[in-house]
Amino acid sequence: MSSFISLNGIQKSFKDETVIKNVDLAIPRGQLFGLLGPSGSGKTTLVKIIIGLLNPTKGTVHIDNQTMPSLKLMQEIGYMAQSDALYSELTAKENLQFFASIYGIPKKKQKQRIQEVAKIVDLTDHLDKTLEHYSGGMKRRMSLAVALLHQPKLLILDEPTVGIDPVLRASIWQDLKKLQQQGTTIIVTTHVMDEAEKCDNLAMLRDGYVIAQGSPEQLIEKSNTETLEEAFLHYGKITYE
Amino acid sequence: MRVRAIIKRIVQQFLRDKRSIALMMVAPLLVMTLLWLVLDLEQYDPAIAVTDVPVQMQDLLEEQDATVEEMSSAEAEEALQDKTVDAHLIWDQDQVKLTLEGSDPTASSAVQQVLNQASKQMNPNTLNMEVNFLHGSTDLNLFDNIGPVLIGFFVFFFVFIIGGVSFLRERTQGTLERILATPLRRWEIVIGYLSGFGIFIILQSIIIATFSIYVLDIYMEGAFWSVLVITFLLAIAALSLATLLSAFAKNEFQMFQFIPVVIVPQVFFSGIFHIESVGWLEAIGKIMPLTYGADALKEIMIRGQELSAVLVDVWVLIGFSLAFILLNILALKQHRKL
Ligand SMILES: Nc1ncnc2c1ncn2[C@@H]1O[C@H](COP(=O)(O)OP(=O)(O)OP(=O)(O)O)[C@@H](O)[C@H]1O
Ligand SMILES: [Mg+2]
Repeated sequence: MSSFISLNGIQKSFKDETVIKNVDLAIPRGQLFGLLGPSGSGKTTLVKIIIGLLNPTKGTVHIDNQTMPSLKLMQEIGYMAQSDALYSELTAKENLQFFASIYGIPKKKQKQRIQEVAKIVDLTDHLDKTLEHYSGGMKRRMSLAVALLHQPKLLILDEPTVGIDPVLRASIWQDLKKLQQQGTTIIVTTHVMDEAEKCDNLAMLRDGYVIAQGSPEQLIEKSNTETLEEAFLHYGKITYE
Repeated sequence: MRVRAIIKRIVQQFLRDKRSIALMMVAPLLVMTLLWLVLDLEQYDPAIAVTDVPVQMQDLLEEQDATVEEMSSAEAEEALQDKTVDAHLIWDQDQVKLTLEGSDPTASSAVQQVLNQASKQMNPNTLNMEVNFLHGSTDLNLFDNIGPVLIGFFVFFFVFIIGGVSFLRERTQGTLERILATPLRRWEIVIGYLSGFGIFIILQSIIIATFSIYVLDIYMEGAFWSVLVITFLLAIAALSLATLLSAFAKNEFQMFQFIPVVIVPQVFFSGIFHIESVGWLEAIGKIMPLTYGADALKEIMIRGQELSAVLVDVWVLIGFSLAFILLNILALKQHRKL
């Protein structure tokens, strides 16, 4: 089976600094895939390359057998950026309505979808507030709601649960699992190990290299360690020796 | 339609931002009014010290609204030093001597004009001319003359600031990148943005033109709607230029740095000063949108021309806007290749 998403020899340089160094990834359809790595390892950069917001210096990205960037595929992708890119003068509902129209969701269905996603991120009671008056975590949840709005086939979430309390975080992960069962492919970046453990497959990123790939269990087993954290340190060491 | 969604969003956002609305709609009126107060003053009436001047001449000078004061030469010299008078006129048998204070050109020319008029009446045999105006009238003062340029300038200036900063904010707060992660095409973003702002620009043009023409009573011979067409074209050029330049600014402060470089020079070349005599200066003016907008506004407002008489200006302004819009669409490639 050819994979849903494939990255071939991706490199990315800003001026003279190379931040992504020859990354190959293959992500099957329907997987919950985690990109795990410390701050500055290149997670955001890699994710932006996947959706086409950054052009790789070298290499290609294919999604569903099409080369990225592709406007047709954009319609199928839900993206949650690391920094909340929302219109702070507008209310949550107006923000959602705007994105719903951009994705061409018919008027009738918009209302229903807005209620559905608001429920997932637990913002139903705050839809009429302008985002200026939202807390950091509420904005984070809003960003996730926007990403889910048009029921994309592929979800790309850049550190989705930063600043969200443990209870809601658990419920969001449950919802992600549910979406996955409905056939959605999900890519999540994180530097939190217990979140990484919930992924089907992981790529460990460090300084722009993928230092290890596999399911959390495989990674722990192969490195002869007890926890993902130890495994991560282990693979880091091998690469640097 | 996706462009419509962008337009709707911009209107919603702008309506919530009361300060920016005020800056765009009210601030130009305020500045126009101040300039009007300054420039629309009655002409300057000079004060002239006289020594041994015949009473007949003194009366004639006073008829020209000059303030005449008799004093000795020594007193007059002191008065000139203290700037209590603008000139000193001495009648020494057939020798007439005029000493001007001289530091203020307006006062100096006012003195000379008053003296000219008076001596013409003393000696009616000199050439008697009947003066007619093809355009304008004797009442056409400085404000009427540069008013059309000012209208054009303020439309350009305020649209540039507000349009530029708000597009810049889309870049800095990441929303521009965010909507590039949707199926929106680059041209849809640019057109949506310009159209959303276009609504407010049309309003602004109407407000500024109405206020200048009907409240400040600026000299106006042409058709009102022609003025609107030109101010609107000028504003679109300003908006598309501002959004383009915002790609080269990292923050609001850097956006404001474009004002002395891009905006202020346009004033010098747009017809307030006469630069026809210096070829290369005129050439610089030719690459500035305001030159064409101001020229068209002058033709319409002062010379009463139809829009058809300023077609060149109209087309050049449209050309500028189209070029800026295309460059805008290209500049978005820095975010997304497609
Ligand atoms: N536009 C840019 N210009 C220059 N360097 C950049 C740019 N964007 C990112 N970088 C560099 O690329 C590297 C990776 O950044 P990236 O944002 O992908 O890290 P990250 O893994 O997402 O980190 P975090 O967990 O803190 O979000 C960093 O060293 C950063 O300085
Ligand atoms: Mg990041």
